[in-house]
Amino acid sequence: MDVRAQVSMVFHLDKCIGCHTCSIACKNIWTDRKGAEYMWWNNVETKPGTGYPTKWEDQDIYKGGWQKKNGELKLRGAGKMRGLVNIFHNPHLPVIDDYYEPFTYKYLDLIESPAMNDQPTARPVSLITGKPIDIKMGPNWDDDLGGTPDYARNDPNLQGLTAAEQEAMFQLERMAFFYLPRICNHCLNPACVASCPSGAIYKRGEDGVVLINQDVCRAWRMCVTACPYKKSYFNWGTGKSEKCILCYPRLESGQAPACMHSCVGRIRYLGVMLYDADKIESTVAGSKNDQDLAQRQRDMLLDPFDPEVIQAAKENGVADSTLKAAQDSPVFKFVKLWGLALPLHAEFGTLPMLFYVPPLLPVMASLSEVDNDEHAKNMDPVAKHWNDNWLYDTSTEELWATIDKARLPLKYLANMFSCGDESKVKDVLKKLMAVRIYRRWKTVGDIDETKAMAVLNDVDLAPETIEDIYYLTSLAKFDDRFVIPAAHREQAIEMLEFTGDAKGSAGFGVTEKPRRGW
Amino acid sequence: MMAVLDNFLFVGLPYASLLIFLVGTIYRYKATKFNYSSLSSQFLEGGNLYWGSVPFHWGILFLFFGHLIAFVIPHSVLAFNSEPLRLLILEIVAFIFGLITLFGLIMLLARRISNPRLKPVTNWMDITIEGLLITEVILGILVAYTARWGSSWFAAVLTPYLYSIFLLQPDIAAVSAMPLLVKLHIIGAYLIFLLIPFSRLVHLLVVPLHYIWRPYQRVLWNWSRRKVRNPATDWTITKPENN
Ligand code: SF4
Ligand code: SF4
Repeated sequence: MDVRAQVSMVFHLDKCIGCHTCSIACKNIWTDRKGAEYMWWNNVETKPGTGYPTKWEDQDIYKGGWQKKNGELKLRGAGKMRGLVNIFHNPHLPVIDDYYEPFTYKYLDLIESPAMNDQPTARPVSLITGKPIDIKMGPNWDDDLGGTPDYARNDPNLQGLTAAEQEAMFQLERMAFFYLPRICNHCLNPACVASCPSGAIYKRGEDGVVLINQDVCRAWRMCVTACPYKKSYFNWGTGKSEKCILCYPRLESGQAPACMHSCVGRIRYLGVMLYDADKIESTVAGSKNDQDLAQRQRDMLLDPFDPEVIQAAKENGVADSTLKAAQDSPVFKFVKLWGLALPLHAEFGTLPMLFYVPPLLPVMASLSEVDNDEHAKNMDPVAKHWNDNWLYDTSTEELWATIDKARLPLKYLANMFSCGDESKVKDVLKKLMAVRIYRRWKTVGDIDETKAMAVLNDVDLAPETIEDIYYLTSLAKFDDRFVIPAAHREQAIEMLEFTGDAKGSAGFGVTEKPRRGW
Repeated sequence: MMAVLDNFLFVGLPYASLLIFLVGTIYRYKATKFNYSSLSSQFLEGGNLYWGSVPFHWGILFLFFGHLIAFVIPHSVLAFNSEPLRLLILEIVAFIFGLITLFGLIMLLARRISNPRLKPVTNWMDITIEGLLITEVILGILVAYTARWGSSWFAAVLTPYLYSIFLLQPDIAAVSAMPLLVKLHIIGAYLIFLLIPFSRLVHLLVVPLHYIWRPYQRVLWNWSRRKVRNPATDWTITKPENN
């Protein structure tokens, strides 16, 4: 057993309000530079939708991630042979138009325009060429367009849904969407690392953050292809790839990453996960059908309270403070203890360490046909009168009826979070529902105790667990949501002294300006 | 007068380029490692690049190694060429590769010039190098056409000259007698060599062949995590064991 620590994350999708504050926080700190304008290390997508870059989930197009060939793991679009042969021209490299051409507006024209009969306009200009452009795409171009033909209907996750199911999904009355914030998953089996011919990308042993050494990157651009989440970006200005660094300078000083710190919906959790590094390959390679990958990944994560694990971790040099952080980790609770959070597209085989609590809301609110005139009679006269005859039914009359009659087909969610296995997503949604029913019994009181208890029984959760879930979901304070292990600055002298040996020349003390070469 | 010029071009220039090349590339690698990059522009324009980059790179690789082989093992090359048919085939293949390279270079230049997106990632050194390479390849093709059987006379005549340069006993009698085209081709080669440290050509020094032998995953530690707990070890001398 080779126990290692990984700083990992949980995003609770029911709580995301799609405000993009996270993206802005990240952009302002890290990617507000020439060549990086188009990059969103943190982006928030509307689902169903095509995402960023367009249709990134469709690996028939982008060739990212791992695949199994004769029981062996191979990179789909990169790798030793393919990477070196395709080094002069990478046939699977997305180009800037797959993201969008960055632009700005000539705001000064508004101010400096002479007096005219017409209003002056601020024309958009490309940030690459500096010339006026017709904007065809921009950041969050499909934001909130959850039902539109161009975006939602081209969502790669619709695979496996019958035409009728898809049709039903996009009926105006049933239409539902949710937000999917994405950052680099800091994977355990990162395809980006494996694909880099220069060996510029590495995973930090101490906390598992995946970084690109800017001094060693030579623009071979294989990582852009290999990362199935398209979270390694090519800086066209400097000729180097860049990616989310999980705000490691903030982490090392005990602060939450900027996107997480600023998250308005407080959907984000960060904590340590212990895992068995010996099992990385067998976990992915040994999966029979890709459907079990989410479960297999959960199995390779270790219980930080298990004495054997603690023992092995100590032998491996995992610090006591890190172990403590692992025990307090909200991620451990969501992922392992409660089984509420699932990895995004585990079938890509990179063992992503960012987990999602799938959204219950778009599933739950089902519609029933009622006579709204009748309905209005019971209402206060000032209440809005609806002309149509639909009623959103968010009551919890039957136990699981709303999940079974879900507005957003479970298959769709399963394609994203459990490699197509609907039962797994359903399992999670039932638990989330159970928490609601239980809390509703407690606080609102319109559900009787027998029903609340029946629900708990059904999902096999104790009332205390339910309270814990409720607390961490709804009430958790900053320090509950972010349990950041100490970076051990007391050992910083050694770190500083030998950073050069350990990592080429990146890290501390880099004095060279990141200027494009010639 | 001619002799002075020849001495300058075939003795002074090669030593100067060699020195500048060595000092320049090493200095640049040590001091400004960040800008050691192939500066790929595929991300801004991915389609036409294929028709330029691929033929150019494979072509120039073939030509480079062809010259290198004739330099390293001239006798084997001469022996190989002693059979006229083999010589003919070698020359034809090499000539075709020359044309492929030229085609690639022209496509690359056309792409650079015609696509406005590439302007912000193009500088005068890129154009200089591009021009030099095109000139050099055209010269090479002309030499191959006008002064046939270069694979043999290069090995027989120019290899000794190059050896004399490397052995620090320059003997330029043979080159001085060469036709003008050949002379120009040699000078072009020295100039390209000289400009390597000042251009994006440095990327050819960092071809990532070590990728073949490396394990796919790379995990780096700030310190040896197994030794960090043991106060008895003098771990300032402990290099981390990676992976
Ligand atoms: S999400 Fe992509 S860039 Fe991030 S570690 Fe995984 S493979 Fe690498
Ligand atoms: S800041 Fe939080 S709530 Fe807002 S979009 Fe980002 S993840 Fe969602």
